[in-house]
Amino acid sequence: MNQFDDSFDTTVDNQLILKANNLKQHYHVKQGMFKPDAVVKAVDGISFNLEKGKTLAVVGESGCGKSTLGRMLTMIETPTDGSLAHLGEDLLTLNKDAQKKLRQKIQIIFQNPYGSLNPRKKIGAILEEPLVINTTLSKAERKEKALAIMAKVGLKTEHYDRYPHMFSGGQRQRIAIARGLMLDPNVIVADEPVSALDVSVQAQVLNLMMDLQEEFGLSYVFISHDLSVVEHIADDVMVMYLGKVVEQGTRKQLFENPKHPYTLALLSSTPQLSPEKRRIRIKLEGELPSPLNPPSGCAFHGRCSYANDRCKTETPSLRLDNKESQEQGHLIACHAVEENRINLTTQGAA
Amino acid sequence: MSLLQLENLSVTFGNFRAVDNISYKVEEGEVLGIVGESGSGKSVSSLSIMGLIDFPGKVSADRLTFDNQDLQAMPEKQRRKLTGSDIAMIFQDPMTSLNPCFTVGYQIIEALKTHQGGSKKELKMRAIELLTQVGIPAPESRLDNYPHQLSGGMSQRVMIAMSIACNPRLLIADEPTTALDVTIQAQIIDLLIDLQRQKQMGLVLITHDLALVAEVAHRVIVMYAGQIVESGPASEVFSTPRHPYTQALLASLPESAAGKARLEALPGVVPGQYDRPLGCLLSPRCPYATDHCRKVEPANQGDLDRQVKCHTPLDSEGRPAA
Ligand SMILES: Nc1ncnc2c1ncn2[C@@H]1O[C@H](COP(=O)(O)OP(=O)(O)OP(=O)(O)O)[C@@H](O)[C@H]1O
Ligand SMILES: Nc1ncnc2c1ncn2[C@@H]1O[C@H](COP(=O)(O)OP(=O)(O)OP(=O)(O)O)[C@@H](O)[C@H]1O
Ligand code: SF4
Ligand code: SF4
Ligand SMILES: [Mg+2]
Ligand SMILES: [Mg+2]
Repeated sequence: MNQFDDSFDTTVDNQLILKANNLKQHYHVKQGMFKPDAVVKAVDGISFNLEKGKTLAVVGESGCGKSTLGRMLTMIETPTDGSLAHLGEDLLTLNKDAQKKLRQKIQIIFQNPYGSLNPRKKIGAILEEPLVINTTLSKAERKEKALAIMAKVGLKTEHYDRYPHMFSGGQRQRIAIARGLMLDPNVIVADEPVSALDVSVQAQVLNLMMDLQEEFGLSYVFISHDLSVVEHIADDVMVMYLGKVVEQGTRKQLFENPKHPYTLALLSSTPQLSPEKRRIRIKLEGELPSPLNPPSGCAFHGRCSYANDRCKTETPSLRLDNKESQEQGHLIACHAVEENRINLTTQGAA
Repeated sequence: MSLLQLENLSVTFGNFRAVDNISYKVEEGEVLGIVGESGSGKSVSSLSIMGLIDFPGKVSADRLTFDNQDLQAMPEKQRRKLTGSDIAMIFQDPMTSLNPCFTVGYQIIEALKTHQGGSKKELKMRAIELLTQVGIPAPESRLDNYPHQLSGGMSQRVMIAMSIACNPRLLIADEPTTALDVTIQAQIIDLLIDLQRQKQMGLVLITHDLALVAEVAHRVIVMYAGQIVESGPASEVFSTPRHPYTQALLASLPESAAGKARLEALPGVVPGQYDRPLGCLLSPRCPYATDHCRKVEPANQGDLDRQVKCHTPLDSEGRPAA
């Protein structure tokens, strides 16, 4: 029942760059001397395909596991289970050297443009550091490459000798993007890349990311909690709740035909400028449950107005929507959707 | 008569004008949204109303009145009594305004004590009632919690409970939901608006989220680099912005461009302390700027109900006036 099982596709137009299968990250956390360790299932079984030049957005509320997923994709952390293939090569079973090589192809950009740059290093040194570590380029070649990438992201030559504190938030995010591009990656994992920026600067950075995607055929995993940004930039969307994917599909499916009660709640909670786009507010009671002690059955049942007894005991699996034709690949994990208990016309979610 | 009225309020730190001659008013039962990018003076202007700008900051105004009482002229003690009871504020950073060393119950009761009396038991009952009002489940059990034991949403509810403890007539909420998840943000905003309607409070909602203001505010003020560049009824300002900056802000929102179309982003950034331009502060970034704009600061056009600070306000088609 897994649509991600299909074998690796080598045709050029929809080249599969990254393929994740059932990725898990379970942390063991100490509970004190006399208690057994608790397990936090930060990410609990995530699968997706990412094609060349496409953007997969990962959305969900604080603590749902977005950054953990990002750390696994960039191999900052090794998954506790699952597989991850880059251009058909399994990243997790490779030897260290081969892993190091492939790691360069998947780069990460963090949310905080202030914290992620070393304040004591000049921009030139920050950008060239990955080249020093990973390549045999000469000093002159490194500088040439740094200046070329700086020009691409809209930084000026004279910025080469400046320190991070001399830049605005938007410029620092450009520097972070430039650093991510130094090793010619084909995937960039962007963890909340515009969340700390003002709207006018956010627009500049989003435009830049789209331009670079077009120019270099980059694939993005775009982590965000801002649905209006996601609707703008994503090709595919994955909605997470407490470590699991609750709904996954194309942008169109998620925004025009959302099905999961949690997706509906997220969408209706996002303020909209234009009155026509506003959805009837679905009131969610309560807050995100503790990942140390997740609810039984569907993790969302304590906040879901469609929850019934089955939801409290049986965890819904992520499955194709039975009302749409199968090849569309719209996946939902909800008993009520499967049982046809959700009437969207009264939800105002259309 | 307006609840709050300010005329030409300025706040300076040394020779930096963080707030530059702003005028606005808030009516009873009105929700006023203040939007603007980081550093535009939203917090500083509100703190000055509360009398919370410390040395070396300096506040000046031609008029600063609450319910026709002159806040600048009244004795310090009287002003302090007023701000805190009749005027309350929810601060931008809840972690700095809830004291980590004291329980939630203690802090609410202290807030109640300074402005109204009552026995210990009465105060405790009132604290429980307040926590119930802001939607905290099992409020009795929360009284003994320390702030770190609360989630972000819970702390924000406690902050709201404290701010409405003395039945204020004006509540200033500075980014009350910025750090929260969208579903929690929606709960908190609903709560604030419910309370505002119930009590017919004036509510000043400060945020950089334009869509949020578009949804809940009656009137809106747009700030840029310490100045008010546009103000008016929220529906009008968002549908037909008159100021180039408002127009640009709206155009830079992702929801303004379909699909993967490029967003219309203003080049450059908001000027800071050291790079304030001459003339109109937007002139280095404004697509309509003329030489005149670069030399002469525009005056406010229109009355307080619909103001634009631009030499050539935009028409209904979004083009600058000839
Ligand atoms: N090293 C770790 N050890 C134990 N638990 C962890 C660790 N890293 C993350 N977690 C837990 O895993 C869960 C997911 O965290 P993660 O940072 O991935 O969330 P997120 O979706 O990125 O949230 P946010 O939107 O706040 O950034 C959280 O409950 C977090 O506390
Ligand atoms: N105590 C102070 N001394 C000097 N400058 C200050 C002080 N407090 C604030 N400022 C400056 O005043 C300007 C306005 O700050 P303010 O905090 O009001 O911005 P804001 O609109 O609330 O921004 P944000 O959206 O980031 O909260 C900023 O340039 C800020 O650096
Ligand atoms: S499975 Fe049940 S509780 Fe979970 S989202 Fe669906 S209806 Fe709600
Ligand atoms: S005064 Fe001139 S520069 Fe300023 S906003 Fe108007 S057109 Fe633009
Ligand atoms: Mg994160
Ligand atoms: Mg502020």
